[in-house]
Amino acid sequence: MSETTAITQGNAAPPHPLKEFWKYFSENKGAVIGLYFIIFAIIVAVFANILAPYSPFEQYRDAILQPPIWMHGGSSKFFLGTDDVGRDILSRLIYGSRLSLFVGVIVVTISLAAGMILGVTSGYLGGYYEVIVMRAMDIILALPSLLLALAIVAILGPSLKNAIIAIAIVVLPHYVRLTRASVMAEKSKDYVTASKVCGSGPFRMMFAVLLPNCMAPLIVQATLGFSNAILDAAALGFLGMGAQPPTPEWGAMLANALQFIQRAWWVVTFPGLAILLTVLAFNLAGDGLRDALDPKMKR
Amino acid sequence: MNEKTVITARDLKKYYTVKEGMFFKTSATLKALDGASFTITAGKTFSVVGESGCGKSTLARLITMIERPTSGDFEVDGINAVTSGLHAMKALREKVQIVFQDPYGSLNPRKKVGSILEEPLKINTDLTKVQRREKSLAMMEKVGLSPEHYARYPHMFSGGQRQRIAVARALMLNPALVVADEPVSALDVSVQAQALNLLMDLQDEMNLAYLFISHDLSVVRLISDEVMVMYLGRPVEQGEKNTIFDNPLHPYTMALLAATPHVDKNARKDRIRLSGEIPSPLNPPPGCTFHQRCAHMTDICKESAPELRLVADRMVSCHHAEKFC
Repeated sequence: MSETTAITQGNAAPPHPLKEFWKYFSENKGAVIGLYFIIFAIIVAVFANILAPYSPFEQYRDAILQPPIWMHGGSSKFFLGTDDVGRDILSRLIYGSRLSLFVGVIVVTISLAAGMILGVTSGYLGGYYEVIVMRAMDIILALPSLLLALAIVAILGPSLKNAIIAIAIVVLPHYVRLTRASVMAEKSKDYVTASKVCGSGPFRMMFAVLLPNCMAPLIVQATLGFSNAILDAAALGFLGMGAQPPTPEWGAMLANALQFIQRAWWVVTFPGLAILLTVLAFNLAGDGLRDALDPKMKR
Repeated sequence: MNEKTVITARDLKKYYTVKEGMFFKTSATLKALDGASFTITAGKTFSVVGESGCGKSTLARLITMIERPTSGDFEVDGINAVTSGLHAMKALREKVQIVFQDPYGSLNPRKKVGSILEEPLKINTDLTKVQRREKSLAMMEKVGLSPEHYARYPHMFSGGQRQRIAVARALMLNPALVVADEPVSALDVSVQAQALNLLMDLQDEMNLAYLFISHDLSVVRLISDEVMVMYLGRPVEQGEKNTIFDNPLHPYTMALLAATPHVDKNARKDRIRLSGEIPSPLNPPPGCTFHQRCAHMTDICKESAPELRLVADRMVSCHHAEKFC
């Protein structure tokens, strides 16, 4: 990729691509912290049933709105306090991480897969097909994303599954545009023509030749899209259109506790902090990923 | 050596329609290539020379079947490449391969050398994985790459080595004709000689025909058998290399040859300075397309376009060709 490696060709074996990637990625301290937090969140989500002290649904009626352990009136029984019906906030947050990561993974998978297929085909085939696809994406982009997601959920009915579908549709145009732009840039290069002269069919051209060369910006967009998906799911949950009670989804937890913000700040603060930190971690890691994968940033 | 005709091209033309203007679009015809005819026999090199925008690369794109000609046709190994169906086209694709100018853009950066070389085999043959590997290793040896390069990525190679990989890829399917679109002009001069020697060795070994596109006349002089000089989409002079280099009959060819630098002071010719720019192919001048820049221009040049005709053993399109004999 860089000129310097071209000069040292021949005898010196080049570093493994992953090793090289890590070298550039680890230069960005924020990205590394973000990555560690993501790993932490994944571990918490996977081992939620071991880590959580209580069931997220169990109501302790004798400990309603109990403050966190370090405050006056807090007890060692509930580390982050309890909510308005006496459920342990820590346990709900731990189980909630499962939902948030699940939402992120599913939304990114659906929109990335659909976006890549639509983007590669429209960039490669062109013509009326491209016009139709791109104008449809422009229409989606023209509407405020949360409003559109709300409308879709309102049509499909409020549930976490429908919220995921709605968010995937809303973020789709970003992937389509990004893929199409890189395909169009790559399409004119000689190696694509060479492959054509060898007799590659359109399917091979699109998915074996062009797509692998368009992946770098897509990986970055997917990482950043992960945090967007979590945020949007929380927003939909907050508005009552996403996960339904008593599901311990972070956005829904915020919404249910809104009325206690004066009396019991901890009920609102901790789910909010969880959303903030997770989104921040993904953004930092995505930023570092972009720098590490961009050949122009390399020295 | 066998004197089999590999390719016969007859009056190949390629016109593009261009839209002009921001709001009121008018379409104009760009005559990128306006009538080229030639034949190349096995083991011979046919060179196409001319300045930028004269239709050299358009010719390469037509011959490699990347684009279809507007009119005219060509035969490869006796099969018409323009009128025949998809099945015959697939067979012809294997016979004509291309080496590009820029070795940095012509290799897929995400693929290892091995899979770049095996791609043509994968698409066009039913060889097994082991057979493909054997074939590509044999080809790598032929072009002077060592087996340990098999699993490396293109960015680990220098320009000259990359061009070797590109040549190897072009030869994987045993083509009859290799179109070389300025294959050495992106390389360092020291590497150019190596690449040219490689091309010439391979030509002897595999009895290849080359369609060699270049603007470097010293390179053309070294490797060609026949030369075609192009100006604004048309061939202006075409014939045996020595006939043309020793005694050019078209004023444009004379100017090109006079512009070639020479180390030997006595070999230098008087520079013929061409005045003006190359005219736009969208709006070519009437009569002879070269008349505005020609020192020997007379009234007839402004009015009628000269046809390609046989003068002193070569084809030339100039009204006054006899004067220069």
